[in-house]
Amino acid sequence: MGDHHHGPAKGLSRWLFTTNHKDIGTMYLWFSFSMFILGGAFAMVIRAELFQPGMQLVNPAFFNQMTTLHGLVMVFGAIMPSFVGLANWMIPMMIGAPDMALPRMNNWSFWILPPAFLILASTLFMEGGAPNFGWTFYAPLSTTYAPPSVTYFIFSIHVLGLSSIMGSINIIATVMNMRAPGMTYMKMPLFVWTWLITAFLLVAVMPVLAGAVTMMLMDIHFGTSFFSAAGGGDPVLFQHIFWFFGHPEVYIIILPAFGVVSQIIPTFSRKPLFGYDSMVYATAAIAFLSFIVWAHHMYTVGMPVAGELFFMYATMLIAVPTGVKVFNWVTTMWRGAMTFETPMLFCMGFLVLFTIGGFTGLMLSIAPADFQYHDSYFVVAHFHYVMVAGAVFSMSAAVYYWLPKWCGRMYNETMGKTHFWISFVGFNITFFPQHFVGLAGMPRRIPDYALQFADFNMMSSIGAFIYGASQILFLYNVIATIVAGKPTSEAKTWEGAEGLEWTVATPAPYHTFETPPQVR
Amino acid sequence: MLRVSSNPVVDTVVKLASTAVIMFAFVFVVMVPLYNVLCDALGINGKTSGEAYTSVQAGVDESRTVTIQFVATNNEGMPWDFGPSVTMMKVHPGASNDTVFHARNPLPKAMVAQAIPSVSPSRAAAYFHKTECFCFNQQPLDGDSSAEMPLQFIIDRDLPSDIHTITLSYTIFDVTDMVGGSIAAR
Repeated sequence: MGDHHHGPAKGLSRWLFTTNHKDIGTMYLWFSFSMFILGGAFAMVIRAELFQPGMQLVNPAFFNQMTTLHGLVMVFGAIMPSFVGLANWMIPMMIGAPDMALPRMNNWSFWILPPAFLILASTLFMEGGAPNFGWTFYAPLSTTYAPPSVTYFIFSIHVLGLSSIMGSINIIATVMNMRAPGMTYMKMPLFVWTWLITAFLLVAVMPVLAGAVTMMLMDIHFGTSFFSAAGGGDPVLFQHIFWFFGHPEVYIIILPAFGVVSQIIPTFSRKPLFGYDSMVYATAAIAFLSFIVWAHHMYTVGMPVAGELFFMYATMLIAVPTGVKVFNWVTTMWRGAMTFETPMLFCMGFLVLFTIGGFTGLMLSIAPADFQYHDSYFVVAHFHYVMVAGAVFSMSAAVYYWLPKWCGRMYNETMGKTHFWISFVGFNITFFPQHFVGLAGMPRRIPDYALQFADFNMMSSIGAFIYGASQILFLYNVIATIVAGKPTSEAKTWEGAEGLEWTVATPAPYHTFETPPQVR
Repeated sequence: MLRVSSNPVVDTVVKLASTAVIMFAFVFVVMVPLYNVLCDALGINGKTSGEAYTSVQAGVDESRTVTIQFVATNNEGMPWDFGPSVTMMKVHPGASNDTVFHARNPLPKAMVAQAIPSVSPSRAAAYFHKTECFCFNQQPLDGDSSAEMPLQFIIDRDLPSDIHTITLSYTIFDVTDMVGGSIAAR
C-alpha cells in the first residue's frame, strides 16, 4: 500500500475538484461540524431566552426562527452530513475498495450542500425573517402564513435532498459492487450494513420530502390547494406526507450511529460483537417498521380509533428489534476485558442515554397517553435523548476512535475524557428536567412560560451552556491533535480493533486497497 | 433480476435513480388521491360528499327525530357576513329538508368564496346526504350585495341510533385570488 500513485493536488483546487473518498469524507466532517456549531449557536439563543420567564433577549418572532433553524440545521446540516462523511471515509476502507463507486458524483453531492445551507442561513437577513414554522414546517403555517423567505427554504430543501439521494446511491453502488474478494454480505462490518440500509431508506423517502415541499411551492405560487381547505385540500394531508418521510428520517439518523457503536464496543470489550446476524436482521426490521408507524406523530389530528391502535401497536413493535440491539451490545461487554478510552466512554453514554430516550419513545407511542405529552417539552426531552445522546455521542465516539487512523496522530486522552464527562453531565442537566416540565404541561416552541416552570428552565439553560462549551473543547482537541498530536504509526491504534481499516498504514495513505485484499 | 446495463455499477445507479423518481411521483399520484379516497370511504375528517346525492325512495322514519345544528365560520381575513337563516332544525331520517344560508359581501369589489363543510360527529358524515348545496360550487358575489344560498339534505335512515344531534359547520374562504388557478380536486 504505497503512495506510488499521484498524491493530492495542491492548494484550493485539491478540495474543489477532489474525487478522493478521504478528502470528500474530511470535507463532509468539517462542514457538518461547522453546521453543528451554527445550530448550537441557535440553541444557545433559545436557552438564553428561556433562562428566565418573560421576554428578555429576543422577540417571539425571532425566537420562532431560532427553533426552526436550530432543528433544520442540526438534522440536515450537522447529523446527516457527519454520517455521510464517516461513510465516505470508512466504507471503502472497511470493505477493501480503492474508492467510492462514483467518485465524481461524490464530489458533486458534497459541493451542492454548502450553497444549500448558505441559502437557508441567508433567510435570516431577508425581509420578513427566516422560516418560523418549526422544522416540521406544517401547512398552513408554512404556506398561507409563511414569511416570503419560505421559497428559499423550499429551494434549499430540494438541493440538500438531491445531495442526500446522490450520496446514498453512491454508498449503495459501492457496497453492492466494490467489496473485496471474499467479503460476503454477512462478513461486512456492521457500520457498512447499517449504512447500506440507511441509504435505501434515504433513496425511498428523500423524494417524498421533495414532493412535500414541491406541493408547498405550488400552493404558495401556482394556485393549487393541496394543503388549503379553501380549495378542497387538507392541511392534515401535509402531516401524513411529512411524517411518511419524517419517521424513516429518524432512523436514517440513528442507524449509522448504531453501526458506529457496534464497531467500537467490541474493540474495547476485546470480544467479537455478540449476535452479529441478529444485529443485521434487527436493523432491517427497524427499517421496514419505520414505514408503517408515521401517524404516531399525529395521534391528535382525529384519526379513527382503529388507526390509532394500528399505529400504536406497530410503534411498540419497534422496541423489539431495538431491544435486540441494546441487549447485544450489553452482552458484548459481558465478561469482556473492558477498558474505558474516550470512544468507549461515549459509546457507554450512548447506550444508557439512548435507552432512556427509547423508553420515553415507548411512553409517547401509547396513543391515549400521547394526548397529554403531544407537543410538550416531554417530546423535546425524548428526541434530544435519541438525537444528541444517540447520534451526536456516537459521532464523537467515531471521531476519537478513527482520528488516529485519519491523521496519524493521537488525541489527548485526558482532554477527550474531560470532553465526555462535561458533555454527559451538561447534557443531562439540560434535558432531564425537560421531562418534568413537559409532563407538567409546558408546551414546546414557546418563548415564554408559566412561572412554575422557571427553576427547571434555568437548570436546562445552565446545562445547555455547559454542553455547548464542551463542544469547543472537542473542537480544540481535534485541531490540537491534527496540528501537534503525538505521532503514531501503529496500523492498529487499538489492540482489540478488528477490520480491514486497521490493516492499512497509519496515517491512512491517500490511496488504499488499489489491489483488493483477500478476505477469508 | 432485470439488468439495465452490463456494467454493474451503472445498473445499480439506474435502478436507484428510478426508484427515487418513482417515489417522488408516488407522493403526487398515489398518496394524495389515496388520502382523499380513504377520507371519503371511512368518513373521517367530517368531510361530506362533494357531489349531489341522488335520493332513493325509502320512506320517512317518523319514529325518530334528529337535531341538526348549523354553524358558520369566517376564515381569517374573510370579510363577508355569512350565517344560517335558522341555527337548528329537527328532522326525521329519510325526509328531505331545505334551509338557506345568507351571505353579504360588504366590500365594494366583486369576490368569490368557497364554503367548506364539516360534520360532527365525523361518524355521521357518511349519513348526511346533500341533494343540493352551495358548497358544491364557488360562490361569486358582486361588491356590496347579498345572496341567499340554498341547502337541501336528507339524513340517511341508517344513521346509527346513538346519534341524536348532528352539527354541520361551514367555513367560508376567500378564493378570489385562487379562481382560475385551482386544480386541486374537490
